[in-house]
Amino acid sequence: MKTHVDVKATVESKKWFYNEVVREHFFNPKNLLKSEEEAEEYSKEASGIGQVGSPACGDMMKMWIKVDSETETIVECKWQTFGCASAIGSTSMLSVMLTENKGMKVEEALKIKPQDIANRLKGLPQRKFHCSVLGDKALRYAVNDYFRKSGQSDRVIVDGAKIIDKILKITDKDIEEAVLEGAVTLEDVQKKTKVGIHDKSCIPEVEQLIRFYQEKYLS
Amino acid sequence: METNTVYLDNSATTPVDQRVLDVMLPYFNEMYGNPGSMHSKGLESQSALEESRKKIGDILNADSDEILFTGSGTESINMAIKGVAHFYGKNINKGKHIITQKTEHHAVLDSCEFLEKEGYEVTYLDVDRYGMVCVDDIRKAIREDTILVSIMYVNNEIGTIQPIEEISKICKEKKVLFHTDACQAANYLYLDVKKLGVDLLSLNGSKIYGPKGVGILFLRKGVMITPLIHGGGQERKLRSGTENIPSIVGFAKALEIAQNEKEKESERLKKLSDKLIKGILRTIPKSFLNGHPIKRIPSNVNISILDVEGEAILLYLDDLGICASTGSACTSKTLDPSHVILATGLPYEAAHGSLRFTLGRFTTEEGVDTLLEVLPGIIKELRGISPVNLRAEDFKEYLSEENKKISLKVAKNN
Repeated sequence: MKTHVDVKATVESKKWFYNEVVREHFFNPKNLLKSEEEAEEYSKEASGIGQVGSPACGDMMKMWIKVDSETETIVECKWQTFGCASAIGSTSMLSVMLTENKGMKVEEALKIKPQDIANRLKGLPQRKFHCSVLGDKALRYAVNDYFRKSGQSDRVIVDGAKIIDKILKITDKDIEEAVLEGAVTLEDVQKKTKVGIHDKSCIPEVEQLIRFYQEKYLS
Repeated sequence: METNTVYLDNSATTPVDQRVLDVMLPYFNEMYGNPGSMHSKGLESQSALEESRKKIGDILNADSDEILFTGSGTESINMAIKGVAHFYGKNINKGKHIITQKTEHHAVLDSCEFLEKEGYEVTYLDVDRYGMVCVDDIRKAIREDTILVSIMYVNNEIGTIQPIEEISKICKEKKVLFHTDACQAANYLYLDVKKLGVDLLSLNGSKIYGPKGVGILFLRKGVMITPLIHGGGQERKLRSGTENIPSIVGFAKALEIAQNEKEKESERLKKLSDKLIKGILRTIPKSFLNGHPIKRIPSNVNISILDVEGEAILLYLDDLGICASTGSACTSKTLDPSHVILATGLPYEAAHGSLRFTLGRFTTEEGVDTLLEVLPGIIKELRGISPVNLRAEDFKEYLSEENKKISLKVAKNN
């Protein structure tokens, strides 16, 4: 028995924890940088780089984008991920969404929501949803990095969003979204976003935001 | 068993041994009577029940009426902890303080948490980096109002063996009841309750090549518990419900085989697990063994591998027909890594890459070799796509000498 870079799924009938789409992106990830050397090389030519998470949190993603400045289109998107199958699957799928059909306009890319990634993956188990949130976030940081590097600092999107969790860079927008998806308690929101798991100092503010968005949307 | 699966998750559950299955089968549709019935069919089952109880009592060096049948290891543990707490805490008001440790199974921890909500006080003792509880800490933690100490015999995740005899001496001296969760010990260690000195002991059928859905609680004579389940008054009114005769017969047979074969099997598995541990540490840089280097059951190999996440490794292995387990965030109900690994003081970033291989009765050297053949390649691949590159120097205290050499060499080359 041997293993190599593209270990392929061999037994089709075997039960698997995730669905087939996630499985495909896990075993055959697209647009991946496959080594530290490749990553270093690619960093030199990328238009923007974004990174989110940490190994202590169990997920860390890094995303590189190449933007055609004439057309404002993402022509290439590369990534690396430390994480579980849904984290790898989410980043892989996001990179496909960004680069398929000759690439996505930067403006359009910024409209992608974690739910869109999960939908394209034909769903993720509920407690794995945060993985798609992280992919989405890495992209936002990469785009902002591109804006800064191309002298368009005025376009850097803070999006009215305020960073609440300093370690995972989770914003009030993420909490808003979690509430909109049905999270009621702090625990629910943490399941979706991981907010406050490592940056515990933000929990009172998170609780306040949950109440605020619940009253705004649900009462 | 399927031959193409390398099943290295025997601490999760074991397959039923054919010898066990054979003795169970007649009790499904031939000898199906209710042991509570007075007719011949009932008496047939009753004698099977009592013979099983006697067999288990003999193995544990206990009286047969000190053995109670339950529906699982978890139920036995709940019955022991809540049962003692409710009887001594409420019925006779002796006290409401319980002592346990942070690395217990959730059956213990969650039972304790439940009791805390009822007004009990629980001390959760720390363990050292090998997962060992300090016996002196137990002595210091015992108070006037302490009613129970519960410390597991063997840890299910890292395989560490606790000094049960030493703990029971202290408990006796201080006149505090002592329960041990022995679910992971039965295949490799002695279960003589007099030698162990325990007052209550829990076992589970599904870890000893017996059926799932059956367990036992050893309850020393004179120790009182309040039952969890009320009804027809079976098991000395302490656990009502028609006795699960096929599983009880199977449990007794399984325990008999496990205890008869424990020395031979320990020796065989020790060789295999040593080979596996050495093989991994020699071929995978920045990897180390969790748990105690010597005081561990021979079936357990718990390894941390830096820069990669446990679930990804697990799924790659599964695709190649190798079943392992991870205590990492993604498979458990919380997002945090294993509470056991964290309790040993390992940093989060290393705990996320922990993997557990548990060998068993049907593990062959070939299976271990297969794993050793594929694992380095999988790790290399996952490390390639990981943006994380932790420094081997920062984990020096965990790395073995042989692993230090390759880890630091790799770091240098980078």
